[in-house]
Amino acid sequence: MLELVLISTLNGVLYGLLLFLMASGLTLIFSMMGVLNFAHASFYMLGAFVGYQISKWAGFWPGLILAPLIVGAAGMLVERFGLRNVHKNGHVAELLFTFGLAFVMEELVQIVWGKAPVDYRVPALLDFPAFTLFTTNYPAYKLFMLAISLAIFVGLFAMLTRTRIGLIVQAALTHPNMVAHLGHNVPLIFMSVFGVGAGLAAIAGVIAGPALVTQSTMAALLGPILFVVVVVGGLGSLSGALVASLLIGLLQTFAISSNASMADLFAFSGFSPQPNTIMNDLWRVSVAQIAPILPYLLLVLMLMFRPTGLMGNRES
Amino acid sequence: MSDIPLPKSSVTRVSQRGAEKGLPWWLLPWLASAVVLLALPFIFRSDTYLTVMSLMGIAIVFALSYNMMLGQTGMLSFGHAVYYGLGAYFVVHTMNWAIATRAPIPLPLMPLVGGFAGLAFAIIFGWLSTKRSGTTFSMISLGLAELVGSSSLILRTFFGGEEGVTTNRTKLLRLTDWTFGSQFQMYYLIAGWCLISAIAMYALTRTPFGRMCNAVRENPERAQFVGYNPQVVRYIAFCLSGFFAGVAGALAGINFELANANLFGASQSGTVLLATFIGGIGTFVGPVLGAVLVSYLQVMLSDITEVWQLYFGLMFIAVVMFAPGGLAGLVLMHVPLLRAGVLGRVVPSYLLALIPTAMLLVGVVMLIEMTVQLAVKQSEGPVMKLFGVAFNANLPGPWLVMLMLLAGAFVLFRLISPRMGTAWDNARSAAAERGMVV
Repeated sequence: MLELVLISTLNGVLYGLLLFLMASGLTLIFSMMGVLNFAHASFYMLGAFVGYQISKWAGFWPGLILAPLIVGAAGMLVERFGLRNVHKNGHVAELLFTFGLAFVMEELVQIVWGKAPVDYRVPALLDFPAFTLFTTNYPAYKLFMLAISLAIFVGLFAMLTRTRIGLIVQAALTHPNMVAHLGHNVPLIFMSVFGVGAGLAAIAGVIAGPALVTQSTMAALLGPILFVVVVVGGLGSLSGALVASLLIGLLQTFAISSNASMADLFAFSGFSPQPNTIMNDLWRVSVAQIAPILPYLLLVLMLMFRPTGLMGNRES
Repeated sequence: MSDIPLPKSSVTRVSQRGAEKGLPWWLLPWLASAVVLLALPFIFRSDTYLTVMSLMGIAIVFALSYNMMLGQTGMLSFGHAVYYGLGAYFVVHTMNWAIATRAPIPLPLMPLVGGFAGLAFAIIFGWLSTKRSGTTFSMISLGLAELVGSSSLILRTFFGGEEGVTTNRTKLLRLTDWTFGSQFQMYYLIAGWCLISAIAMYALTRTPFGRMCNAVRENPERAQFVGYNPQVVRYIAFCLSGFFAGVAGALAGINFELANANLFGASQSGTVLLATFIGGIGTFVGPVLGAVLVSYLQVMLSDITEVWQLYFGLMFIAVVMFAPGGLAGLVLMHVPLLRAGVLGRVVPSYLLALIPTAMLLVGVVMLIEMTVQLAVKQSEGPVMKLFGVAFNANLPGPWLVMLMLLAGAFVLFRLISPRMGTAWDNARSAAAERGMVV
C-alpha cells in the first residue's frame, strides 16, 4: 500500500509538472490575448514529433534543444501571420482560428509521420532504473523529466518576477498601451510570449514523447485536459495553473491505480443489481475506469461553484 | 462574445410589404424549398446521390440548431453533438422497444423522441452551463461533451460499448405502404423533417424571443436593463437548440439504423461548428449552405484524396481569416450593390483576382498531394497524376512549378488587391448615394 502511494505520488507530481509546462504557456497566452489557444496541445505534439525526427538524425540531446526552438519559431509565425490578422474580427474568430489550426496540424503530422505511434526511444544514457522502491524500479528517465520540469518551472517564475524582461512582459499583459507609450514594442512582446509558450509546450512534448506514446492523437487526448487545468486554476493565474496541474496530475494517477468499485465498497450489504442494467454498470464500474472523466467532473463542479477558478480573478 | 456580425434584419420590410400586397410572399421561399426537396430525387436518381442528400438534410437540421446558439444567441459550444448523439441513442432504443412490444408508433413520428431526449438533456446540462457566457460557457460545453463521451464507455448497457446499438426501421407500425426500407423513402422522411424543423427554427427567429436572443448576443447588460434576464434567454435558446439537435440525431439514427459513440464524439461537434461557420453564422441560410457544402465535400473529397480533412481545415481557416461572415456573408455583402445596379463595377477586378486564386489553389493542392505521394503513399512510387497530368514527384521540376505558382499568386495578389479595394469602395459609395447601403 505504501509502495503504491509513494509511486503514485511521484508519477502524479511528474504528470502534474508536465501539465504545468503546457498550462503555463497557455495561461500566459490567455492573459495576453484573452483567448484560449486551442492549438496549444498541437505544439506539444509537434514538439514530440520534431524531437523524434531530430533524435533519429542526431540523437536525443540535440532534439531536446532544437525541437523547442523550431516549434517556438513556428508559434511566432502563427502569431504574426495568423492570429494578429484575425484579431480585428474579435475573440470568437481568434478562438476558431486556433481550433482550425489544431485540426490542420493533426492532419499535417499524420501526413508526415503517419497515424501509427513512432518509435521514440529514451536516450541510452538514461535508460536504467534509478532506484528501487520496495519492489518497483523507478526509471532514471522519469527522474530526468521531473528535474527538467522543475528547472523550467523555477526558471520561468524567476524570469517573470525577478528580471526586467519579466516585468515588461507582465506589464504588457495588463497595460499594453502604457507599455507601448514607454517605448517598448508590444506586438513583438506578444509574438515572443506566444513563441515561448509554444516552445515550452514543445519541451513538454520532447521529454514526454519517449515516456508516453508519440502519436498524432496525443494533442486531441491532452488538449481538453489542459483546458481543465487552466480553467480550474483560474484563467490567467500562473500559480493557479500550477496548483491545478498538480491536483489533476495526482487525481488521475491515483484514480487509475485503484480498482475499487461500488460493488467492492458495499460488498457487505449483499446488494447485487440485475445484470445488463444501467444500475449494474454503475455498480461495477471501478475508480480506474472513471479516471478519464474525473478532470471534467472537476471542471464542471468548479465552474458551477467557483467560476473564477482556484486562484483566478476573472469572471466572464 | 458580442462581436458576431448582426444578421440583416428584414422584419420591418417583411411586415410592410406583406401589408401592401396582401399576399403572404414570405411563403414563397418555403414553397420553393418544398418543391425543390420534392423534385431532387427525380433529378439525382442514383443511390449515392440519395444517400448524400439524406446526409445533407440531417446536417442542415443539425447546423441550424447549432446556429440558434452560435449565430442567434452568441454562445460558442464545443459539445453540441452530445444532444445529437443522445437523440440518436434514444430513438434507436425506442424503436427497438416499439418493435419488441408492438407499440403503435409509426416511424415518421420517431424523430420527436430524439427531439425530446435532446430537450431533456439540454434542460439538465443547459442549467449547468448557461449560467456562464463567453469563454467559460465554451469550456463547460467542452467538459460536458468529454463527460458524456467518456461515460459511453462506462454505461455499456445503454450505449452498447464500441459497436453501438442497432435497430431496424422497417419493422415499425405502417400507416401507408411505405416501409422506409429504401433510401428513396428515407430521403423523403428526412426532407420532410428538415423542412418542418427549418420553418420552426426560422419562425422562432421572428418572435420576440428570437429578438431577445439577438439582444443578449449583442449586449447582455442592455438586455437586462430592458427587463429580460440574459441567463434565462440563453437557457431557453440552449434547450430549444438541444431539441432540434436531438431531432437531427434521431434522423441520423434512423438513417443509419445504428447509434454509436461516434455520433457524440468531439469530431461531430467540430464538424457542425465548421459547417455552420463556413456557411456563415450571421444569417439564417448560412448554416444551410455550410451543411450542404460540408456534407458534399465529406463524401466527394474523401473519394478523391486521402487527406480531405486537411483541405477541410484549411478551408475553415481561410474563412475565419478572410471571410468571417462565411459564404452567406460574402453573398450578402453584394446585395446592396446589386440593388443599386453597381455590381458591374466590381466584377472586372473579381475576374482579375480569379487568376491568382486559381494559381494559389493549384499550388497548394500540388504541394499537399506531392507531399502525400512521397510520405504516405511511398509504396505506390513517386509517379502520380494530378489534374489529369502524370508526373514524377521525386523530380525537382514539379516542385519548381509549384513554388512558381505560389510565388506568382502572392505577387499578383499584391498587385491586384489595391485595385479591388478601390473598385469595392467606389461601388459601395455609389450604392450609398442611391440609398441602398444601410
